[in-house]
Parts: sequence; C-alpha cells; structure tokens
Amino acid sequence: MSTKQNKILFDKKILIEAAKESVKKLKPALLIKNPVIFIVAIGSVLTTIIVIAGIFNGNFSSFNLQIAIWLWFTVLFANFSEAIAEGRGKAQAESLRNSRTQTKARKLTANQEILVLATELKKGDVVICETGDVIPSDGEVIEGIASVDESAITGESAPVIRESGGDRSAVTGGTKVISDRILIRITTEQGNTFIDRMIALVEGAKRQKTPNEIALSILLSGLSIIFLLAVVTLPAFFGYSLNASGLPMSQNLKLPVLIALLVCLIPTTIGGLLSAIGISGMDRLIQRNVIATSGRAIEAAGDVDVLLLDKTGTITLGNRMATDFISGEGVSAEELADAAQFSSLSDETPEGRSIVILAKEKFNIRGREVHQLNATFIPFTAQSRMSGVDYIDDENKIHQIRKGSSEAIRSFVENNNGFYPKIIQDTVSELARQGATPLVVAEDNKVLGVIHLKDIVKGGIKQRFAELRKMGIKTVMITGDNTLTAAAIAAEAGVDDFMAEATPEDKLRRIREEQANGHLVGMIGDGTNDAPALAQADIGIAMNTGTQAAREAGNMVDLDSNPTKLIEVVEVGKQLLMTRGALTTFSIANDVAKYFAIIPAIAISLYAGKNGTGPLSALNIMNLGSPQSAILSAVIFNAIIIILLVPLALKGVRYKPVSANVALSRNLLIYGLGGLIAPFIGIKLIDILINF
Amino acid sequence: MTTIDVFQILLFIALIIGLTPILGNYMNKVFAGNKHFMLPVLGWLEKLCYKFIKVNPDEETNWKKYAIGLLMFNLIGFVFLFLIQIFQAYLPMNPAHLTNISWHSAFNTAVSFMTNTNWQGYAGETTMSYFVQMIGLTVQNFVSAATGIAVILAVIRGISRKSTDKIGNFWTDLCRSTIYVLLPLSILFSIVLVGQGMVQNFNAYETAHTLKGIDQTLPMGPAASQIAIKQLGTNGGGFFNANSAHPFENPTPFSNFLQILVIFLIPAALTYTYGKMVGSVRQGWCIFTAMLILFIAGLSISLYAEYSSNAVIGNLSHMEGKEVRFGVANSVLFSVVTTDASCGAVNAMHDSFSPLAGMVCIINMMLGEIIFGGVGAGLYGMVVFIILTVFIAGLMVGRTPEYLGKKIGAFEVQMAIIANLATSFAILVFTAWAAVSSYGLSGLNNAGPHGFSEILYAFTSAAGNNGSAFAGLNANTLFYNLSLGVVMLIGRFGVIIPVLAIAGSLAKKNITPSSVGTFRTDNWLFIGLLIGVILIVGGLTYFPALSLGPIIEHLLMNNGIIF
Amino acid sequence: MKTLIISLKIFLFFTILTGILYPLFITGISQLIFPAKANGSLIVSNNKIIGSELIGQDFDSIIYFTSRPSAVAYNPLPSGGSNYGLTNKKLKETVSERKKQFIAFNQLDSLTEIPSEMLFASASGLDPHISFKAAMLQVDRIVKARNFNDFQKQKLLQCINKFTEEPQFLCFGEQRVNVLLLNLEIDKIK
Repeated sequence: MSTKQNKILFDKKILIEAAKESVKKLKPALLIKNPVIFIVAIGSVLTTIIVIAGIFNGNFSSFNLQIAIWLWFTVLFANFSEAIAEGRGKAQAESLRNSRTQTKARKLTANQEILVLATELKKGDVVICETGDVIPSDGEVIEGIASVDESAITGESAPVIRESGGDRSAVTGGTKVISDRILIRITTEQGNTFIDRMIALVEGAKRQKTPNEIALSILLSGLSIIFLLAVVTLPAFFGYSLNASGLPMSQNLKLPVLIALLVCLIPTTIGGLLSAIGISGMDRLIQRNVIATSGRAIEAAGDVDVLLLDKTGTITLGNRMATDFISGEGVSAEELADAAQFSSLSDETPEGRSIVILAKEKFNIRGREVHQLNATFIPFTAQSRMSGVDYIDDENKIHQIRKGSSEAIRSFVENNNGFYPKIIQDTVSELARQGATPLVVAEDNKVLGVIHLKDIVKGGIKQRFAELRKMGIKTVMITGDNTLTAAAIAAEAGVDDFMAEATPEDKLRRIREEQANGHLVGMIGDGTNDAPALAQADIGIAMNTGTQAAREAGNMVDLDSNPTKLIEVVEVGKQLLMTRGALTTFSIANDVAKYFAIIPAIAISLYAGKNGTGPLSALNIMNLGSPQSAILSAVIFNAIIIILLVPLALKGVRYKPVSANVALSRNLLIYGLGGLIAPFIGIKLIDILINF
Repeated sequence: MTTIDVFQILLFIALIIGLTPILGNYMNKVFAGNKHFMLPVLGWLEKLCYKFIKVNPDEETNWKKYAIGLLMFNLIGFVFLFLIQIFQAYLPMNPAHLTNISWHSAFNTAVSFMTNTNWQGYAGETTMSYFVQMIGLTVQNFVSAATGIAVILAVIRGISRKSTDKIGNFWTDLCRSTIYVLLPLSILFSIVLVGQGMVQNFNAYETAHTLKGIDQTLPMGPAASQIAIKQLGTNGGGFFNANSAHPFENPTPFSNFLQILVIFLIPAALTYTYGKMVGSVRQGWCIFTAMLILFIAGLSISLYAEYSSNAVIGNLSHMEGKEVRFGVANSVLFSVVTTDASCGAVNAMHDSFSPLAGMVCIINMMLGEIIFGGVGAGLYGMVVFIILTVFIAGLMVGRTPEYLGKKIGAFEVQMAIIANLATSFAILVFTAWAAVSSYGLSGLNNAGPHGFSEILYAFTSAAGNNGSAFAGLNANTLFYNLSLGVVMLIGRFGVIIPVLAIAGSLAKKNITPSSVGTFRTDNWLFIGLLIGVILIVGGLTYFPALSLGPIIEHLLMNNGIIF
Repeated sequence: MKTLIISLKIFLFFTILTGILYPLFITGISQLIFPAKANGSLIVSNNKIIGSELIGQDFDSIIYFTSRPSAVAYNPLPSGGSNYGLTNKKLKETVSERKKQFIAFNQLDSLTEIPSEMLFASASGLDPHISFKAAMLQVDRIVKARNFNDFQKQKLLQCINKFTEEPQFLCFGEQRVNVLLLNLEIDKIK
C-alpha cells in the first residue's frame, strides 16, 4: 500500500467497480440501514409499479416514467457515493491481502521446528523467523534482534529494528525479516491481526456508526417523518381546496407527484452521502498512515481540546544541536572549535554534524578530509561513550581528541595522567541545570572546553501551536526534563502548559484531571509505560514502533511513528464533522427552492379563473416552463446534486485552522446560503434544458 | 397608522426590554432559593404548603420522578375540573342557573385549562357558573402556568449542573412560582384592572332596561381576578365569550395595553432568569433578541396586511371584529402578542383579519409557541430549537455539537425531534382529518380557503396550547371537542416529557469548558442561525398547508374573488 | 402512591389559595375601593338600571345616535363578533347594505365617506363606542327629528364634545364617543 503518492480521486477502475456495487446495494436489507434512502427506494418501487400498471391499463404516462427513472437514479447515486468511498478502501485492502499470502510459519514446539500454515497459528505459539521470512502473524520478539521491512503496511521502505525486550518488541504479520534471526511469540488470534483489522477497516466492512453519525441519522429520520406527514396530509388539504374551487376529486394529487414531493423534501443529499463521508474520513486518516480502530476515534479526534505532547520528537528535533563553544582555561574558543570540528568531521550523527556547522559559522573553520590528515575516526561506542579522532602530527606523534560526556572525558583525561579542571566541572553543571547537554572536548590529557548542545525546537512548530490555540486546543508538553529546562523550551515552542519530570503516572493523573474538568484529551505514545495513559486518553495514538501493549491500549496507530501526527489526526477529525454539518445544512436549505418549484406546479388549477391558472402560480418565482417540468426538474436536481457533491464528501470541506466562529461563518455562507440559492439556479437550468 | 399607534408599539417594546431584567432577576432569586423581598411577606405560605404536603423542599429527584409528579398533579387537576363541570348545576355559586355541561365539552375544557391552552368551545357567560370559573378555571390558570415554569427550571438545572441525575423538586418549583411570582403579580394586576372598570363581584346577572325599552342582561362575576392570571399566565381563557374584546373584560385602552404587556412579561423575563441561572446573562439576552426579532417581523407583516387596502373592501379601515376603543393597531398588536406567547386571549376576532394577518397568527403558533411563548413553555420550546440549531450548525465548527458545555448527543436529538414531531403530527394529521370529514366541515363559518384556515387555525392553536381561534368555527361538537382535546394533550405533554428527558440527560453530562473552538451561542451569528432554523424547520413543514389556506386566500382577495 | 397523595394535597392547597382566597380577597378590596366599577359601572336612574357605561346598546330610533352594527344585536348572552373573513361574500353584502342604510337613515349624500366602524360589526357585539366622525354624521338627522333650534343644536354639539374621549393618558387607544352616555345626555337637552 503505497500511501506516499497522491491518489487520484477517481480511478477509472474504482468508478466502474462502484457503479456495479451501487446496483448490488439495492438489496432491501442493505438499504434499510439508511432510512432516508430507503424511503426513496420505496417511492421508486411504488412509482415503477404505477408506470407498469399504466402500461397494462393503456394509460401509460411518460411523466410518471421519468419520475420513476430519476427516483431510481437518486437511490443509485446514493449507493454509488458509498460504493466509491468503499472502493477506494478496497483497493488498499487488496494490496494488504496480497501481502498476507499463504505464509508458512516455522512453529517451535518442544525444541522441534515444524512447518505450519500461518492461519493455523494460535495465540501463545512461538515461531522462528530468519532472513527472508515473512513474519506469519502479530507477535512479540522474545529472543534476538533483527531488521524488518515493514513497507507492506507502512509504505516506508527503510527497515526498522525489532528486538526482544524494551519498546521495540512488537512485530506485525505480513512484514519481512531482512537480516538476523528472531523468536516470536504470537500474541493475536487469527482473523484479528493487525492486517486483518486494517483490511476490515479500509473496506468499511465492520464499519459501525459513530455517535455523531447516529445522532445525525436520528435527526434526518425525524425530518423525513415530519416531511412524510406534510406530504401524506396534503391530499386532504387539496381535497378541501378542490371542493372549494368546484373541481372534481379526480383531480387530486397523484401518488407519483406526492412521492416526488416527498423525495425532494427529505434530506436525500446528506442521507445519500452520510456513509461516504464517514468512510472517506477513515480513508483520509489512512492516507496519513494512521490506522484508527474505530470511526468513533476519528470523531473524538475532532473534539479533543487538550493535547499531551512528548517533547522529544514532537516539539524538539530528537537531536540536540551545538550552539556554543565554551573554552577552558588557557584555551581560545577557536582552538576548542578547531579540535571539536576535527573530531567531528567523520561523525555522521546529527550532533556531530551540528558541531562542524557551528565551527564554520563561528570561526569559519573549513571542512577537512580526515584520511588526508593521517587521522582515524574513533566512533562512539556504548562502552567508551566518547567519539573522536586519532591523528599523527608533523612530529609523528599520535594525538587523541575525544568528545563525550563529562564522566567519560574525566576518566579519559585522568587515564592520560591529566586533570579535570573545576571550571569545566562548573560549566558542565551549569549547562546541565539549564537542561542543555554539555559535551566535553579533550585532547590527550588536556581538557579544551565544553560544547553547548541544546534542544532545538522544530521549525514551524510554534506556528502550529498557535493554530491549535486558534481552534481552542490547549497543548501540554510532557518531558522528563527539570522544570527550568521544560519552562524554557515550553516558552520557546509556545505550548500552553508543560509537565516537567513527568512520570507515566503523572501523565495518567493529568489526563484524568483534564477529563474531570470536561476536556477531551489526545496523546501519542510508544512505550509500555504509556499504555495506561493511552488507554485513558480519549484519543491515544500509539506509534507503530512501539510496544504491543501500547498499540493495544491506544485507539489509533501511527505507522510512521511520527509524534506530530496527533495534530493531523485532530484536523482530520474536525474536517469530518465539518463536512457532515455543511452537507446537512446544505440539504435542508435546498428544500426552500424545491417548494417554490413544486407547490405552484401542483396547485395550478386550484381556484383558477377562466385562463386555468390559479393564484398560487404567483409562487412560481423561478418561472418554470410547465407544472410537469417543474416537478421533474426538482427531482432531477435532487438526484444530480448527490453525484455532484460526491467529490466534496470524499475530500471533505476545506479545512483551515481558525476559531469556531470564523469556521462557522464561512461554512454557513458557503453551505447555508449556497444551499438556499443553488437549487433555484439548478432547477431553473434543468427546466430550461427539459423544455428546450 | 398614526403617531400614537407607533408610540404605543414602541412603548410596549421598550417596557418589555426594561422589565425583563427586573422581574428576571427577582425570579432568579426566587427559584434559586435565595433571599428576596417577598420572602418576609409570603414565606410563611410556602412553609405552610410544605408542612401540609409533608415534603422536604430540598429533596430533589431525577427527571422521571419529576415527570411523574407533574403528570399526576395535572391528572388530578383534570379530573377535578371535569367533574365540577358535569355536576355544575348541583354546585353552589350559580346565580344564572347554568346547567350541567356535556361530557365532551367538559373533557375539552378540562384538558384545555390543564394544558395552559384555554381553548374555549363554550361561551363563558352562558355556560360556566362562578363556582367553576373560580374554583376550577382560575386554579388551573395558576397551576398550569406554574407547571410550565417548573419544566423550564428543570431544563435550566439540567444545563447548569454536571454529573448528577437530580433535576429538582417539582413541588418546590410549583410552590415558589405560584406563591412568589404568579400570585403577587395577579393581585396587583387585578386591582388595577378593576380600577379600569372590570367587574369583580358575586352578584347575579343584572337586568338593564335600555333606552330602547328592551331588557339587556348584564353578566357579572369575579372576572378581574381570573383575567389577571389569564394574561399573566399566558392562559387566555376568557371569562366572557368575546374574551378581551368584551368591555367588562377589557374596559379601556389602558387596561388593554396592560393586558398585552403582561402577556409577554413573565416569558420575556424568564429569558433573563435563564441567563442568570445558566451562568451567562448574555445567553439569555440572545434568546430574548431572537424572540424579539421574530415578534417584530410578525408584527410588521400583520400591520402591513391590516393597513393595506384590498380589492374586496377597498380602502376601508379593517374594523370587522374590532373594537373602536382599541382600533386597528392595538388589535393587531394584541393578536401578534397573544399568538406569539401561547396566550390565546383576543381583543379582536382573528377570523375577520385579513388573510396575511391571520397567517401571522397561525405561523406564530406553528413555530411551536417559542416567540416568548407560554410561561415557561416558550423557553423550553425554544431550548428544543436551540438543540436542533446547535446540532445542525454546530457540526460545522468541527466538533461534536455542544450547548453551554453540554455535548448534544443522539438522545437529545431524538427527544428534540420527538417534541417537534408531536406538534407537527397533531396539527397536520388532525387538520387533514377535519378537512375531509363531514363532521369537520360542518362547523365552518366561512367558505373557500378561509374555511380551511379556520380548521388549520383550530388545530394549530390546540397543538401550540394557544387557545385563540378563528372563532367562526363551531367547535363545540363531539368531534371537535374530542379531537382538539387530544391535540392539546399531544401538544403539551408530547413536548414536556421529551424536554424533561433532555434535562435529565444533560444533567448527567460533564461540562466542557468553553474555548475559541467552542460553537458560540451568544452572538449575532447564532441569533441569526437560530431564527433561520426556526423558520426553515418550522416553516417547511407547514408551507403546503399555509399555501392552501391564507396564502391562496390573500392572492384571491387581491383578485377580488370572494366565496 | 406517595406521589398521588402529595399531588392531591398540593392540589387542595392551591385550590383553596388561588381558587377561593385569592378571588375573595380581590373582590373584597375591589368592593372597598372601586365599588361602582367592580359592580359593572351601572347607570341607575329612578332605581332602575338603564345599562352599563361599558356595554353598548342598540338604538334604532331617529332621535338617538346609533351604535355600531353588532353580530349579537347587543344581547350580551353571549357576546361575540360575526367572524366573517374578508373573502366572505356575506361580509361584502352586509357592508354595502349597511352603507346604503346609514346613508338613507341619516339622509346623507350617497358619496359620503362612512367611518368604517359603522359598516363593520364589532368584536364583542357590545362595543359602546363610535368615532367622533360617525357621531357628527348623525347630528343633522337628530336635530331634525327632535326639532332642535340652533341653541339646542349647539348644546348637542357640546354634548358630543363632552363625551368624546381622547386617547387615554394621551397615548393609549383611539378617540371615541360613548353612544349610551351621549344619548342619555341629549335626552336632557331642553
């Protein structure tokens, strides 16, 4: 599933498939799930029966036939919108399925290895995977370390490391081991694996209605019943009027006309597009490489008003940057910079590179080729906790430049019979107190000074937080740093609040407090100790690199393991709700014009004078051609508007991070006022076409 | 229109705006159980009541118990009123020797007064003894209004509380609103009315020997005490058949002005009380403003219609069914106010209004009596519309819709829809029934589309618990007495029960603190939106019916066609 | 069951309070401070009740000012209007009939603009008032019928002015003439 490339909104294959699907979806059992469209379907059937009966009775009415056809189109268009949304998911599901080929698993039983089908694996089984094996099911690494290609689910080709213990132990079925050997304990029953769930989700197979969707469905059904009442009582009102104007009862409203009126009035536009909106919301999330366990979660994302964000990776770049050279006694800053740069030339870590850059910026020290200088780069190891360079000077003497943590350098210098000056010690303490990372540089037995490595707040993040604030979302930075550091970074990043020296328990407590005050909390986490907080949060996004426990606890998984995703998820949630609201408003506002088309048309003969035009034709403000064309135009408009709005339902309404008031004014202008005016123009145009 | 006409209307609006915070503030103190200046005067009465009924006033209940108490109390009121009517002849204080009332008329009247509708299929002076008027009707005038206030208080508590299932004590609410609000205002108002010439006695009907030399029987009775609460409690049931057009029931232009004023007095002030009690006076004023705009819009259309000349009677001033002392302007003002506020008292015959002015009355009632509306009822009806508005439009800000920090979920929407559906069902289905049945059509006084309007008006008035009528319709028949009675019940309890359920559900929810991401319900945008939803949702349902009634009649009239 | 008992008791409480004590209290006060008004503003002459100031009466004699048309012929049992809609044929017919009648009765020019309250029935059927203009249109007929001289005519006009009520407190309602009081007064003109 390649999600990085932009998908075309309407793939030809999907369109054809959706067209077929929309016919298949005409089953009553499926239709009844959508009450509004179900009413249209009943209307279509009744009108069709009347048309057919008309043919046999010899009074075939082409008007009724046209009504019937367009009513069927209304139903088909609604089905089509759902099918196309599902179709887009299906294409993704297809590629997922392909990755879950009938893998064989090497199951380990009593020290014996047997080959079984992946589908036969049970929870608790242990399997072996070696280079080239596809991991048969979801599980946890219990022994070994391996690099795994997870592109099948994340679309990211760079392999990731999975190892036993710690926060990177979860593996996903369908991914491929590309080096080394691991033992995996299966943690999920078949049919419920991550890929299974993903397939179900993108296909929309197990899609349950979300709370807002249920509420909206109730509103739409309620409005439909009210309009049903308005329409079924109309023949009685009409009967009175016919009587009063001296017309025969045989001129009373005919069923096809009543059905046409009903279908025009009930909110078919939003009714037809409702499930497409829901599915495409899920789809938009998947495009951002986030898998939600339920539609409910996406909706809740729109409601979140407090975000707990881990400092590292979200607010700051994960890496620290050199920002200053503080030289020791008898050493110039330039000398320090020179040594630091030299030792970092081959250091490809971000910190190392940042030192080279800073040296150039500050003292214009140019890059040198290490091997030309007879130097050897000494990489960082966990044992030494230093890196540096060894070089041979003009006198053929070997020098060692090292940079590393205070303790490592102290022992290095002391081993070389040097001493560790107090002023360096003080500088180190001072920097540490500010939350920065001091990196001490030494050459042989002499300490040259300290490099100030600092947390760097991500570019643009401040603006992002300002946007969130505009939308009324409070951001809270979580960090293990001390209060002073945390405050400094919080101020720089522009978060609303921070939690310093936060433990997982603190996080959980904070979430509970916020919730008790009526807030909805979103957070993102990875480790096992994040699991309770992820479970407690209203939106808990687990990183895909995280532990199985975390992935189970949250209600979304971010395949990219990108902490900033949380913000995007909130945006998707809001956009989903906005789209629903906008189309509902549009749908209801449409009714005004439809009344002005249909009422004058059906009442033209009432209390008519000699010219046969009754007084209610004064309401024909659109000046529609004939009563029949007026009714037909309204019905056609009603059907076509569904198709025209499918792209909007799939893409969602335009989203901008603005306050509720601004968002409302804008959407109201476009969809409220637009919904009022558009049908007047649309119906008139269709009427002109019909009478052409 | 003369300058005086315009001045009276402006004065009316100014007084409503001015009195709203004064009375609203007082009611807030009363209902919150705080100290207020009437406590030393009437506090003993409240205490006496609790002692008598053996209820702890601070013990609150959940919404279901609240609803059961309310229904039980109303049922008893209904049964009592029904019984004293059908046995009227055997009861005292009946100097005119009026006979027992038919069971169906008694049913209709009992339902009517219990539901705060005060639809009258009978003529007061020839039907009801002083005993029934006083001990039956006056009591219901008080308690049906108090019931409405109790419901809105429950709603307010549902909104302003969190994580509880308690929405108040029905008996306490009933007591406080009757003793501290309705009773003192009624006493004050009825004395002023007597001062203007309204009758208040227990004398037998007097017989006058007129200058022409014939006898004229002058009906008497304890009218002022009933009229005061009839207007204050938005009841509207007249002591006499001509209601507030009767010179004894509305003797002077000043008594008329006061009657109009007090119709809006409590419903308007309740918006302020509401704002106070939910913690934002601004919210209350916004609701008030939405109501005021709808009122002024209706009034303008009505005045325009009544002052226009037409092809049937030319440019004669429309004085049919109007009194000289009130003139056209005061009659129109009264009609718009009384239909806005579910009062139903009339000082002119709406049946004889021009079609559009009549339509304004019908629409006011169709929208659910939420333009100030009935005492308490108008505001809780408005809350139903607010919930719908918040739900429809609130999604557009990208959040689960919320109102005053309460998330609006499926249950609230469902209940709001049921409340809405109850009224539309009652109006449409019963109008349709009457419009095609011989027993429905036999009561008509006018032919052509106006006849249809008479039927539509009747059921709309009953469903909205208004009680005014296109009085040409003879509704004192078995069919109309029963069908209108049922419609009144649906229109009252079909709204009260869902509304109490909403209150209960909201009380249980937590309150989301507001932020810039919150959908604001206290600005002009929301006021506009609310009005839009009221007009579109309310209007769309009834547009076909209206187009075949007053709209087509208006068009025909302009073509000079009569029936 | 408990609720039923409470409901019954509180209903009894309110019935006594608002159904008995309240009307009695109001009646007591009214009879004390506004006895005439509370008893119907009756006009008594020679121990006989002639009518109420507030309730209109029917006058068909040429020596009296006529009242507005009434749908109940000024019989207050019960009060009410015609309830004719504007598109009701009967209304149009009745109005043109009344117009003819009024002109003939008062011997007016056929083009005279008749104040509309004299053509339309009132709401209560008991409207005691007509407009000043409607009173003035009847002056000549009454003067003639009563054989009034110029002095007496002046007195008659003074009576009209006396019984013309301006809008109450200068701002409420319409200018109007109470027909019964006026007729009683002109009987006194010698």
